[in-house]
Amino acid sequence: MEYLNIIFQESYKILFLLVPVLVSVAMIVWLDRRVWAFVQKRQGPNVVGPFGLLQSLADALKYIFKEIIIPASSNKVIFILAPIITMTLALIAWAVIPFGLEQVLADINVGILYIFAVSSLGVYGIIMGGWASNSKYPFLGAIRSAAQMVSYEVSIGIIIINVLLCVGSLNLNDIVIAQKEIWFVIPLFPMFVIFFISALAETNRPPFDLPEAEAELVAGYQTEYSGMMYAMFWLGEYANILLMCALGSILFLGGWLTPIDIYPFNLIPGALWLIFKILFLFILFALVKAIVPRYRYDQLMRLGWKIFLPLSLTYVVLTASYLFYFNLLPTI
Amino acid sequence: MIAHAIFFYVFSVIAVVSAIMVTVSKNTVHSVFFLILDFISISCLFIMIGAEFLGMIMLIVYVGAVAVLFLFVVMMLNVAQQKNQWFVSKDSSRHIPIGLLISVIIFFELIIVIGGWKYKPDLFDSAKSSLENGVSNTHSLGQVLYTDYIHVFQISGMILLIAMIGAIVLTFRQREGVKKQSYLKQISRERNEGVEVLEVASNKGVKIDD
Repeated sequence: MEYLNIIFQESYKILFLLVPVLVSVAMIVWLDRRVWAFVQKRQGPNVVGPFGLLQSLADALKYIFKEIIIPASSNKVIFILAPIITMTLALIAWAVIPFGLEQVLADINVGILYIFAVSSLGVYGIIMGGWASNSKYPFLGAIRSAAQMVSYEVSIGIIIINVLLCVGSLNLNDIVIAQKEIWFVIPLFPMFVIFFISALAETNRPPFDLPEAEAELVAGYQTEYSGMMYAMFWLGEYANILLMCALGSILFLGGWLTPIDIYPFNLIPGALWLIFKILFLFILFALVKAIVPRYRYDQLMRLGWKIFLPLSLTYVVLTASYLFYFNLLPTI
Repeated sequence: MIAHAIFFYVFSVIAVVSAIMVTVSKNTVHSVFFLILDFISISCLFIMIGAEFLGMIMLIVYVGAVAVLFLFVVMMLNVAQQKNQWFVSKDSSRHIPIGLLISVIIFFELIIVIGGWKYKPDLFDSAKSSLENGVSNTHSLGQVLYTDYIHVFQISGMILLIAMIGAIVLTFRQREGVKKQSYLKQISRERNEGVEVLEVASNKGVKIDD
């Protein structure tokens, strides 16, 4: 009986996290399209519901009622598994995101490593989808995305090391609390910029959306997908983008901390601050999508390996020596 | 405790079965997928014994990077359609004695490791004491790795570096007649170098040198 009680309680908690995440993913798609449209002096989706807010819902309804087509020559099990894996991985990472000192589903010791591991697993959904489709365009898209995500993970990992040097703990709440004096975006500003660009590449966002470059590869790994399976890829992608924004705001923008610890700002709960920061980063993501043209593939690889990797490694040395020299290294 | 045992058996059964499937399945890509499943369940086992750092590193390094490259190579070589089985083809059965030798060596190594753990429990005192002191295992691992075993650690790092440089040297070759792009040139191009405004006489046209 006790086990059942625990399981029910945890399920409630998980539902209270997952449902808002899924709804906000739908809303964020709308926001993305709106920002994109405004940059180009268009209106964007503004018909369904107030300001077009229900557009994503209408889209989802359409996806649900479309037929799921499974290509005859595809590897059926893996073909169906791929979107499920993408979606699941995008959602399970939210378990460790802290929305407040106590408001976290799983307050584990190695939270940052967990997020990093889950986001590095994200590449499998894409590879499996591309390979199982048994068709050239998806396969090329999958190969591209594998190379791209592995390369940019390296620089994200080293940027995380930079932050961890200043914190001395792998727990996400400790990382947030360590920023009480000063947000890491100020001392580690170059790392924040590199993190932002690497996050764009990691989530296959423009200007690094080469795995699905529609001019060359139709839709990349999603070419053979239809109906709900396509929608799951799509939801997983946006959930991953939100996750990267959340990670960026926790690592650099102080997570659920208030910007200034004075009277009117104190009243707003930490979870709302985290959401504001996520939204801020997401609007930056959307602006980049609207403004910047797509990279060429060799430029992408060069940026990852020849510029970001040496830069972030140098910054690790700099941070470590600065902390060591001024005796600021965090104590265990 | 019961739930713990159930989870342990679930993960270990998955690990063993997927390890067998790696060698048994005929499709090479499927073997790599089973290998990934094996890595994941083993990292779950690591987490269950309280070694969460090792489990996560296992996920990041093996599943997130090494297995991706495995998949990459296997898919690029297109060996998925390979039909010949190990024991049927004469060509491949020659490798069996070497494989057996290696597996016997690995088996004895495992016996030595487990035997050492069984009969010399004081070897692991440092690890145990740090766990009991409430220090997280990331810290205790770092304390052991960067103090007592620093030389071994650095030597293994050097070996990996040398292996990496060796692989790059082996595959690197200078190709003739390859056009290279100079990024500096591309970026520093100005408008007045690239665009020229000409007055074009009607019915004459202009000659563009290319």
